[in-house]
Amino acid sequence: MSARASVRDDGPVTEVLLEGDWRLQGGTPRWASMVARAGPKGGVRLRADGVTHWDTSLVVFLGEAKSWCDAAGVGCDLDPLPEKMRMLGGQFAQSLVSGTRPEHSRSLFVEVGLATEDALRQGRDLLGFIGECWLGAKRLAVGQAGFRWNDCLSEMQKCGAMALPIVSLISFLVGVTLAYSGAIVLRRFGGDIWVADLIGVAMTREMGAMMVGVVLAGRTGAAFAAEIGSMKANEEIDALTVLGISPVRFLVLPRVLAVGLMMPLLALYANCLGIIGGMAVAYSTLEIPFAAYWVEMLTIVDLPDVTVGLIKSVVYGLIVGLAGCRRGLQAENNAAGVGKAATSAVVTAILFIILADAVFAVLFNAIGL
Amino acid sequence: MSAQAQNAIEVTSLACAYDDRKVLENVTFSVRDAEIFFIVGGTGVGKTTLLRNIVGLATPVHGDVHFHGRSFTGADPAQRREMLKTFGLSFQGGALWTSLTLSENIALPLEEYTPLPRDEISHIAAFRLSQVGLAGFENYYPSEISGGMRKRAGLARALALDPKIVFFDEPSAGLDPVTARNLDRLILDIRDTFRTTIVIVSHDVDSILGIADRLIMLDTATRGIVAEGPPAELAKGPPEAKVVEFLTRRTIRSG
Repeated sequence: MSARASVRDDGPVTEVLLEGDWRLQGGTPRWASMVARAGPKGGVRLRADGVTHWDTSLVVFLGEAKSWCDAAGVGCDLDPLPEKMRMLGGQFAQSLVSGTRPEHSRSLFVEVGLATEDALRQGRDLLGFIGECWLGAKRLAVGQAGFRWNDCLSEMQKCGAMALPIVSLISFLVGVTLAYSGAIVLRRFGGDIWVADLIGVAMTREMGAMMVGVVLAGRTGAAFAAEIGSMKANEEIDALTVLGISPVRFLVLPRVLAVGLMMPLLALYANCLGIIGGMAVAYSTLEIPFAAYWVEMLTIVDLPDVTVGLIKSVVYGLIVGLAGCRRGLQAENNAAGVGKAATSAVVTAILFIILADAVFAVLFNAIGL
Repeated sequence: MSAQAQNAIEVTSLACAYDDRKVLENVTFSVRDAEIFFIVGGTGVGKTTLLRNIVGLATPVHGDVHFHGRSFTGADPAQRREMLKTFGLSFQGGALWTSLTLSENIALPLEEYTPLPRDEISHIAAFRLSQVGLAGFENYYPSEISGGMRKRAGLARALALDPKIVFFDEPSAGLDPVTARNLDRLILDIRDTFRTTIVIVSHDVDSILGIADRLIMLDTATRGIVAEGPPAELAKGPPEAKVVEFLTRRTIRSG
């Protein structure tokens, strides 16, 4: 028999008779609809003599009944019920009145205040982190601290040599795209040959370093954040700290140095591939011979252009490395935290690369480079 | 009534592997209805692997598992889903969904499997949390509470659907003795109130001696069961010295 609750008036007291098979996964009567029908005034007595099976669904009914009676100021007699039912019903009613802990419900002002405080703290932490890296690097430079060259070399292999295929493809395609876009304008003036100048300057000064920066932000920065983030979740960072080993020296410096050293090499390589991409389009679409393209490019691209690109690439490399390691060290101690750290590392690195590029544009313009 | 129908769980000739390495062979035992049953043994013996094979998180190399007389290993996906509704699993670390609050964690199985209205579901979630001593933490996320609290919230979620069988993986690991004993009391209460069958993987001797009706002990050497029976009887002595040592070794401090 399915769960049933019937009402009987026993003098001033309303008696509620519970019967049948009370299961969560089947439909069971609800106290709210029972009250609407019966509207007990004097008091309520609950009986469960006809209940053949029961689970939490019955506990919910009893708890809601008791809670309603307490609120309405009418007596609720649970004595005819078996002891376990009575106890659980009471516990359920109790759980309905105990609200959420107050410190967890915050007003908008408190939320804004806490967010501001958090932003300030993060800014301070970031400066602290950069300072710690700087001091570590200085100690390393003057030979006061040991350095894990093996880690650094392995990271150099991962972020340098192993990134060559993706860097090749992207740089070549950037060269191709630039050449096609440039040709549209230059052709109108009969200046097809200047495509070589455009590609040469754009790749060496801007696009080579920028594209490698973006690729490494997604590939290496995210990997640093995920790796260090999962080390944090496994308490490996805490283990280093209690041994008195600085996580910055042990984990951050080898990675930042590796990406900082590899980045200019990759940027040079990207420049070459971009120029080759442009050359291929110039030859196939604009019918410019390879030799003519090469000679024209050398008339405009000189050492300062390449140097500008290399300076930028070193800075972009440091940004990618620092952002990845910083986000990894900030990660929450759980799986979701690792994912968030990796995403945030990529976003931070790309944002700072663009900011740095803008600063460089102003700076190099001012000094005439 | 057949012997199998009286048993909540019937494990027959089960062989389990971990990373392609066979850890258990020919494991056969049964758990009676409303029994508190422990799977014990040293570290790395395959207790958790056995549990994962029983509940379908891993596929046995060989053998079968029956729940209330129905084969689980050979069941089709629809039957399996029906059977899964009847048991709950409390994971070692709680295994709460980190993007949901504690209340939402408990509400999810209720929303999935019951016709209850949303407000009633949230009342049940609050009740479950209060049962495990977490009243008031409904809107907290798992990352905001301690490991022991996560474990208790995981238990509350395992109980959400009033399962007929509840499996616990190391329920008292990482808990202080007082909380561990309270958890034992809660497990006893659940069994006594709802006649729930409880299967616990543990090596907490106090829990075993305190609440176990029967246990099996696994051993690496035999890759199977070395002893089976009520803990008090097994602790008394022969035939298996390892079991006696396991159940009676309390301290290394003499005097």
